[in-house]
Amino acid sequence: MDQISAAMHDIAEIDTLAAGNSFLHRRHPLPKLLITILYIFTVVSFPTEQLSGILPMILVPVVLYQLADIPVSTCFYKLRFILPLVCAVGIWNPILNRTPALQMGRFVVTAGMISFVTLLLKGILSLMMSFLLIAVTSIEKICYALRLLHVPKILVTQTLITFRYISLLLHEAGTMFQAYQLRAPGQKGVHISAWGSFLGQLLLRSMDRAGELYQSMELRGFRGSFYYADVKHAGKADYMYFIVMAAVLLLFRSVNISILIGTIFS
Amino acid sequence: MHMADALLAPTVAATMYVASGVTAGVSVKNLRMDEQTSKLPVMGVMAAFVFAGQMINYTIPGTGSSGHLCGGMMLSALLGPYAGFLSMIVILAIQCLFFADGGLMALGANCWNMAFYGCFIGYFLIYRPIMRKKGGNTQLRLIVASILGCIITLQLGAFSVCIETFASGISELPFGAFAALMQPIHLAIGLIEGIITAAVLVFVYQTRPELLEVVGEESSGQSKMSVKTVVVILAVAALLVGGIGSQFASSHPDGLEWSLFGNSEEGYSANMGLDEEEFGVSSGAADTAAGIQEKTAFLPDYAFAGDEENAMGTTVSGILGGAIVAAAAVVICLLGGFFRKKKS
Repeated sequence: MDQISAAMHDIAEIDTLAAGNSFLHRRHPLPKLLITILYIFTVVSFPTEQLSGILPMILVPVVLYQLADIPVSTCFYKLRFILPLVCAVGIWNPILNRTPALQMGRFVVTAGMISFVTLLLKGILSLMMSFLLIAVTSIEKICYALRLLHVPKILVTQTLITFRYISLLLHEAGTMFQAYQLRAPGQKGVHISAWGSFLGQLLLRSMDRAGELYQSMELRGFRGSFYYADVKHAGKADYMYFIVMAAVLLLFRSVNISILIGTIFS
Repeated sequence: MHMADALLAPTVAATMYVASGVTAGVSVKNLRMDEQTSKLPVMGVMAAFVFAGQMINYTIPGTGSSGHLCGGMMLSALLGPYAGFLSMIVILAIQCLFFADGGLMALGANCWNMAFYGCFIGYFLIYRPIMRKKGGNTQLRLIVASILGCIITLQLGAFSVCIETFASGISELPFGAFAALMQPIHLAIGLIEGIITAAVLVFVYQTRPELLEVVGEESSGQSKMSVKTVVVILAVAALLVGGIGSQFASSHPDGLEWSLFGNSEEGYSANMGLDEEEFGVSSGAADTAAGIQEKTAFLPDYAFAGDEENAMGTTVSGILGGAIVAAAAVVICLLGGFFRKKKS
């Protein structure tokens, strides 16, 4: 699958997931957004040598994925973007830091190995939570939550327009690229002689489309903002979700659950 | 160049959020109200266009590999720096949410690394001065401005990634080695992006020149304000990095110090066996230089003299250090003629 088709597939898949009706789907978008940010903040705040502390954090997304009725494996394909960079930076830790931290028989676990695994775990957990947010909340509802947080109207409205037009322009770019490939068989990408005209044509069409869009929006009385989403006021369940999740995160950050469990069972 | 959440410490991520947030605030303020309504559909569609353009592979002749578009410089040339920056924020946010390219916590850093330099430094200090030059071939100037702008801004972005990663303290890789890996790769990426940007802008210039942001017809008042804005944003960022970041500065020796002198409490057997007090070449010139340094360094070892353990001293040192760097940058700009008054 080429990049354009993969991107279109990703958008369609997330749209389908966000249209669900699970416990998490029904929650108000603001607590979901805040909990996601709080979770990622908590995960990245663990020192790189505290693998035992970060491990219980896995439980949070695993439980939430079940509540959202979404298989955990859905998000793993997305790791292809972030893992290479995390690996490129973290791979040096086991090489450069060989201070012994743990001995398991003849195998010595170094501090560098632990920090590398912690780094990978941080990347995976952050991705799992941000993917969960978008999988249970439509872009309109996220934009609504952003407006509640006083993010400027222009940014929020632009996000909505851009998101709606991405599918259209991806489709158009895909058609153009396919037509180009059929005329240039065996060529990997667009030849340098066509860089300007290929993307330029797409740009000119996009500009014309933007002009038409502006005119149609003006005719419908557009004055700089949209009606974002049909969101009900936050209810008791939304407040409870926020309070319970925040308390769990605070507990996981302040108490090393792994050590606590280990102490009880040893 | 997308930073992942895992690569950033919360303090660094928060600092970069503040820096990018201030820049976004300035951009929103600088887009007039009527522009906010009229430019909005164009900004939205152009952001979607850049997104689609990023998905296309561009074959690099003679290598068999392909390059990609980033888009910051192109959006600035087409929409202006403020609308361009806001459009880049939207692109990066959608990439992070829908495609896991970047991270929610790292969004501030990614906006700074990939949008700020391209849209502000690239536009105000490279693209606009080159395009404003009278006479000569406009297409040639477009090509030079695009390639130079993309190379320099990508180098700045890559260097910022190194600084942010280093400040986060998550990698054992020394700063110099990391920078030595990052910078050459992004030199090549910047060159390819510059050529793609130049090819598109030249095509637009040939077919619909009115679509390019008219850089030569802005009022001088706007121009002065714009350069000031960039300097203010840079100064705020320098203060934030210095002030907040230095709170978390390690009191332990850095990698080079450690490798040379080690930890005196554990003895010097594990290191190069050098005693810090006795290390160095004793000569008259060295003693004179040390004396001068002692007199001029009003914040020895980033703290007030006699109060090295005081965290507040470290913070003030960080802010002062940032201010000195910012002042030095302004002086360099002045010397380079960036603030030279326009000839009437």
